[in-house]
Amino acid sequence: MSKPDGTSYQKYLPRIDEESRGYWEALARHELHVQRCRDCGAKRFYPRALCPVCLSAATEWVRASGRGTVYTFTVTYQNQAPGYRDALPYVLAVVDLAEGVRLMTNVVDCAPEAVRIGMPVEVLFEDVTPEVSLPKFRPA
Amino acid sequence: MSIWRKTAVVGAYEHPTRFAPHMTPFQIHAESARGALADAGLTIRDVDGFFTSGVGPIGIMSLAQHLDLRPCYLDAQSIGGSSFVSHCLHAAAAIAGGLCAVALVTYGSTAASERFAIGTGGSFATEPPDHFEAPFGPTIVGSYALVAQRHMHEYGTTSEQLAEIAVTMRRHASLNPHAKYRDPITVEDVIASRMISSPLHLLDCCMISDGGGALVLTSAERARDLRKPPVLILGGAEAVRHGEIGTRDLLDVAAFQSGPLAFRRAGVTPGDVDMCMVYDSYTITVLTTLEGLGFCPRGEGGAFSAGGRIGLGGALPVNTDGGGLSSNHPGMRGIFLVIEATRQLRGEAGPVQVRDAHLACVHGTGGMLGQRHSGVTLILGGT
Ligand SMILES: [Zn+2]
Repeated sequence: MSKPDGTSYQKYLPRIDEESRGYWEALARHELHVQRCRDCGAKRFYPRALCPVCLSAATEWVRASGRGTVYTFTVTYQNQAPGYRDALPYVLAVVDLAEGVRLMTNVVDCAPEAVRIGMPVEVLFEDVTPEVSLPKFRPA
Repeated sequence: MSIWRKTAVVGAYEHPTRFAPHMTPFQIHAESARGALADAGLTIRDVDGFFTSGVGPIGIMSLAQHLDLRPCYLDAQSIGGSSFVSHCLHAAAAIAGGLCAVALVTYGSTAASERFAIGTGGSFATEPPDHFEAPFGPTIVGSYALVAQRHMHEYGTTSEQLAEIAVTMRRHASLNPHAKYRDPITVEDVIASRMISSPLHLLDCCMISDGGGALVLTSAERARDLRKPPVLILGGAEAVRHGEIGTRDLLDVAAFQSGPLAFRRAGVTPGDVDMCMVYDSYTITVLTTLEGLGFCPRGEGGAFSAGGRIGLGGALPVNTDGGGLSSNHPGMRGIFLVIEATRQLRGEAGPVQVRDAHLACVHGTGGMLGQRHSGVTLILGGT
């Protein structure tokens, strides 16, 4: 399946940098990864070069199951920024991954009013450019 | 060496404008500086410490030129709307430490006449954490709404309890001739207003206005010879909350750290306080701030804010000018918290004067509550 070229995509595109490249490359393969410190074992999100717990640079990627629960959410009815204003209403959420870290995302594939805190969700990957796929979640 | 009780707010001025398409932001800064210096009985030539924010990355230099200042101490704190509360804390340290003698804090903005959509204009994507958030469309309102939704889930807080905060602010604004919105509202009005980002309705959100203000601070010793009764800085502290390593408890707001530290430094407790000025960007901001400052236990902010307790005549009057929800909000409201506390502690608050006002708690919140935000607490005392 070919990916969209992204020319018509108006929402924010993440900047892929040296600290985050592995994360975005995994997402482009439709895999969600979090980092784990090889010295102290702490998992972390978002990705960064040094573990903030012990400042070690020894890092490994752990593939996440993609399962989680909704920690909190809001149904957004107003956002004047290009791309987003055409997508209203949409669900902005914070999801607790089974691996123990919390990330911001959108809950999709369900009525916005049906989203609840504690709801089980699973990851899906939205291809927006050849380089960028975003991890979003739907009811599991 | 303690810095507390050695510095005082000696000049305060709130620019009366709420809509100024005929003015520039720098002009509002300058008019506010003039007002605060006149209030203090000092001149601009007395100023040797300059504090501002919201003027761009190196804009403090341009503003210094606009005012032809040659300060020996500069502070362009940039932690959102709480920056001006932080300025007062930093000025206290600088003055007590001998780094400057007279500190001028200025603010000016024409956010409303420029039609700047602060809360719902999308988000920034500049620093590393932004790239894991901005793609999903958090607005500023949305960031606060994430906290409100979680608070409702954990503690059963209701939309009616949040609404009561907005109703109280409007009641205060109805007594303030400069307030932008003065017509009383009811809990039902708030709930019936348009949903912006659930569970926050339009009337749970601060307005966007133009405006500005200024403060002058100097040593307590020098303050004795000036025009107005000094308002002493008794204690203060700062804090920041962020996403940590993907583990943050969203209800643990910055006030839980800065509040207790500020009270300990001042040697007083929340029970001693006569009034509180808190950044009311949204109703949920007030509720979580009052919990963090220790006026009620975590989770009980909804019940605490209800029943008139935070209104004039209640046990803890909050934002007696009407706050950002009803008086003014040019984007970074922190300075008005200190200005209103100063008016109260001097006994200059007119129809909203709290009786026997001796001790005030001020808390500014800056940034996005559910992502990264700052908190600055000040304890101020009158004489
Ligand atoms: Zn580590």
